[in-house]
Amino acid sequence: MDRFHFGKHSSSQYNEEMESIRTHLMEMGGLVEKQVGDALQALLAGDSELAEQVLTVEDRVDNLEKKIDEECARVLALRAPAASDLRMLIAVSKCVSDLERIGDESAKIAAMAIQLAQEGESPSGYVEARHIGNHVRRMLHSALDAFARFDADKAVEVAGEDAQIDMEYRSAMRSLVTFMMEDPRSISRVLNVIWTLRSLERVGDHSRNICEQIIYLVKGKDVRHISVDQMEKEVKGKP
Amino acid sequence: MKMVNPEMMSQRTQARQAEGAMTEKAKMSARDVKVFYGDTQAIKGIDLDIMENEVIAFIGPSGCGKSTFLRTLNRMNDTIDGCRVEGQVTLDGRDIYDPSLDVVLLRAQVGMVFQKPNPFPKSIYDNVAYGPKLHGLARGRGDLDDIVESSLRRAGLWEEVKDRLDKPGTGLSGGQQQRLCIARAIAVSPEVILMDEPCSALDPIATAKVEELIDELSNQYSIAIVTHSMQQAARVSDRTAYFHLGELIEVNNTEKVFTQPDHDLTEAYITGRFG
Repeated sequence: MDRFHFGKHSSSQYNEEMESIRTHLMEMGGLVEKQVGDALQALLAGDSELAEQVLTVEDRVDNLEKKIDEECARVLALRAPAASDLRMLIAVSKCVSDLERIGDESAKIAAMAIQLAQEGESPSGYVEARHIGNHVRRMLHSALDAFARFDADKAVEVAGEDAQIDMEYRSAMRSLVTFMMEDPRSISRVLNVIWTLRSLERVGDHSRNICEQIIYLVKGKDVRHISVDQMEKEVKGKP
Repeated sequence: MKMVNPEMMSQRTQARQAEGAMTEKAKMSARDVKVFYGDTQAIKGIDLDIMENEVIAFIGPSGCGKSTFLRTLNRMNDTIDGCRVEGQVTLDGRDIYDPSLDVVLLRAQVGMVFQKPNPFPKSIYDNVAYGPKLHGLARGRGDLDDIVESSLRRAGLWEEVKDRLDKPGTGLSGGQQQRLCIARAIAVSPEVILMDEPCSALDPIATAKVEELIDELSNQYSIAIVTHSMQQAARVSDRTAYFHLGELIEVNNTEKVFTQPDHDLTEAYITGRFG
């Protein structure tokens, strides 16, 4: 039996409730993914109109977070779920917090994009933002994909990406700090880019959290606060 | 008992182990137990230990053999025509199917509480006093009074009935009757208590009282409980055994069974995916 077929309960109502939670999570994931992409695009292209759009989507993301949490609470109260159902609800409830935070970070990036469009472009940092931004987008996309497929192996692989993003972030910071020291007039504009990089790096962290929840959901193992190597061992071990 | 991964042990079990209430010693052992009703095999070779001072829950769909297995533990199946038991069941290492064994004594050592409260049509006092009198456990009236009071106290019923001990047991509410039956079972100083869906006829408050009592009693006795309420199994037991079509599919720590069962059949059952 496939443990992750949430449509096989004797109660069809229960099936519908679980399916609805899953669908809403995926909807929220898609929305947030687009927000990150649009915010990055707005920054790189100096497109404040697109940045404004990112800000307006935030309400929808927030509403979905509340809706999904409410649905999870209802199933917990009425169905007393166990085993994979229970883990699914716990994992979903934690993932929506991460997704909502990713939405917040996107909004911050959009705000920076608007500010840069008004104050004039930063003389440096766009190459780094594009590079890290694309990496983070791929990571978030893969994390959501691993959730949709209940793929723990993929989740470990994606979680490993976070360390690379952190490294890229640190290296970008070093070069931008050097730039600011050499050209103090650029500080306020370069700082806007730095805040953007910081937000992108946080999106990477949240994506990793989502991967940890996928592993909990699929394998029943709590892999928070351990290294990716240990995580891999946990996943390869017996469920 | 296989040493369990402490991480997966319930808080309840951990706390009880820490206070020394639980040991690693098997109280009862079943080895390759098979039960037949005529030509039909209801139980297909079960190996299971019931440890000292543990609460073990038997769960599974109707007809899976959990009640039948429970009844092999104090030979209640002997009373059913055409029922045949194979294999070995021991209590403290002694074979309970040994022909020389006194079945009445066995049932005092391994007491039973049934689905429907079944007090004798006697007074509350006599319901509890009947067993100790029969087994000659009391030396005189004073002694008997003490046994009745302590049993009712341990069953959490004393305060509710102490002023009407001479009234019929059948006049009590369902929940009180069930606790009276538990008092009756513990009055003969059993070592193991078997419970066959003890709360299925009770309201949530009475159920909570019986569950509280199970927790209390587990400090002194081994308890095996058959229940259709999975939440009840999750709440009261240290280990849970899942039965399916006469076979024991999985026995594990309760917390593990309800969050991360080993077997797909267990998973399907506890998540309600049997169509």
